[in-house]
Amino acid sequence: MTAVYGLYPDGASAQQAVNRLRAAGVLDRDITVISAQPMEDYEFGQMDKATWMWWFACLGGLIGLSAGLGLTWLTETSWPMDVGGLPIYAWWPNTIIIFEMTMLGAIVATTLTFVLSALWPQRGRTLYDPEVTEGQILVGVEHPVDELVSELERALSAPPGARVKTR
Amino acid sequence: MTHPTGSRINNDLLRPLLLTSWRFYVLVAFFGAFVAAGLIAWLSQIFFGFGISGLRWPVYWGFYVTNFVFWIGISHAGTLISAILRLVNAGWRRPVTRCAEVITVFALLIGAMFPLIHLGRPWLAFWLFPYPSERLIWPNFRSPLVWDFFAINTYLTGSILFLFLPMIPDFAVVRDRATGLRRRVYRVLALGWRGTPKQWHRLETAMQIMAIAIIPVAVSVHTIVSFDFSMAPVPMWNTTIFGPYFVAGAIFSGIAGLLIAMAALRKFLHLEEYLHPVHFENLGKLLLVMALLWGYFVFNERLVTYYGNGPAEMAVFRQTQWQSFAPLHWTMVFLNFVLPLTLMGIRKFRTIAGCVIASIGVIVGMWLERFLIIVPALGHKYLPYSYGTYRPEPVEIVITIASFAAMSLLYVLFAKFIPIISIWELKAGEHPPAPDLVPPATEEHRLGDLRL
Repeated sequence: MTAVYGLYPDGASAQQAVNRLRAAGVLDRDITVISAQPMEDYEFGQMDKATWMWWFACLGGLIGLSAGLGLTWLTETSWPMDVGGLPIYAWWPNTIIIFEMTMLGAIVATTLTFVLSALWPQRGRTLYDPEVTEGQILVGVEHPVDELVSELERALSAPPGARVKTR
Repeated sequence: MTHPTGSRINNDLLRPLLLTSWRFYVLVAFFGAFVAAGLIAWLSQIFFGFGISGLRWPVYWGFYVTNFVFWIGISHAGTLISAILRLVNAGWRRPVTRCAEVITVFALLIGAMFPLIHLGRPWLAFWLFPYPSERLIWPNFRSPLVWDFFAINTYLTGSILFLFLPMIPDFAVVRDRATGLRRRVYRVLALGWRGTPKQWHRLETAMQIMAIAIIPVAVSVHTIVSFDFSMAPVPMWNTTIFGPYFVAGAIFSGIAGLLIAMAALRKFLHLEEYLHPVHFENLGKLLLVMALLWGYFVFNERLVTYYGNGPAEMAVFRQTQWQSFAPLHWTMVFLNFVLPLTLMGIRKFRTIAGCVIASIGVIVGMWLERFLIIVPALGHKYLPYSYGTYRPEPVEIVITIASFAAMSLLYVLFAKFIPIISIWELKAGEHPPAPDLVPPATEEHRLGDLRL
């Protein structure tokens, strides 16, 4: 068996299922919750919230800033041309290029962090049911120990409206 | 009116994707014909040369640069407005954001085409890119035209990603509903999305960061477009007010474009239950604010010129106020100020129809504004020997019309293949928390309930 899970019609039932799995000794990291929309009003919706994404965005911005500085400095000093009496390396106009590249760096770094941290396939984590799309909330355990399956099924079937499935 | 839930939202918003009516083909053929005509006009311009356009000394910037500035302005409808509404967590934004963000991407793509169309030899467009050529001459980074390249590309990249990321959960919805080839395509686009709390948190954090990053970029884009003018020693261009004036005008025309798009979607895709009159009313109020702001900037610009009484500036001023460009100028003032002020200022007229009429007026008015900034000033520079006129030729008119058709065509195609309203954002809040999970009401909540 690769997974045992329940489908729940609302957040309150899903929360109960998560609480019962915890009571049965399942760790948070082993519980899979899947929903068709963010469930931030529920405690289970707060799992895995910590992220370094802001820091990576800042790092991306810093890389973009450095690239902008480098590009403007290298190009303007390697072929020094007089343009309307401006200095060869003119800070004011170059600020625009540096600003745009800083923001581009932050945006690209954010996207990369999102893809790598949220969409990159995790080994053994493939549980999904298309009924989630229709509004059901999935709560389950992947690769459960065989001796625990019946206890998990009991825990998952207790909340109102539960439909327990195995795979 | 009951709020649609779960499966109903899926059914309503996926209907245009899964079912194709004859109207879709008619629309595609209609707009496609104009786009084809525009392409033929452009090819003929490349073949016969710029002589067939109305661009000649001293007015080298005509319809094409007007269209460039206009479309870059329209692009402010989406990402900027959407980012601001996301950051302030305005609940009514949910059905609006994607309609808006799409406008940004397409308007930027169309706007960015015009510098190429404006090039006599478009195959040399790569000279704009910052690369070391064989002669070791890099593009001049101190030129506003190169700033345009960086700003527009940053905004375009950011806007595409800002549009794409929140589409991923919706691709997963289509993946689960579709069959055959369509299912395979949407499975690839969904990038393995499942909907775990971790994925939702990461998505919302990413959208927050991008919203914060994209707002200054959006402001910078139109400021930099304004630098194309204000950095040049041309009468009535060389002014510090152009940056904020252009940004305000861009947001103004952007909101108008968004209102027209929303009304069309509501009508043709039967989205009455999702795009409510309140969405139009709220955006109508924003349109009113921007009309007032636009009037303020125009008054500032005109008064300072009039008071300064410089001979070159006054020559252009007179052209627009009382002489050959006066009919266009006063039409612009009516469409951009009087009409929206009347229709959006009086509550009775702030209906969907009122918003659409005001918005069409603003779109025309803002296009005229861009034209009136460019042409009269170039036709009346400092010395009378450089005075001249501009008369657009058919090739320019056809390409201009084609750009509007291209926008409509791209929008129709997008609405056909991607849910035009964000499904997951509409569903958010569909599962209200149980009473025992809701924190006790604060004093502010209780006061809020009293509707003080």
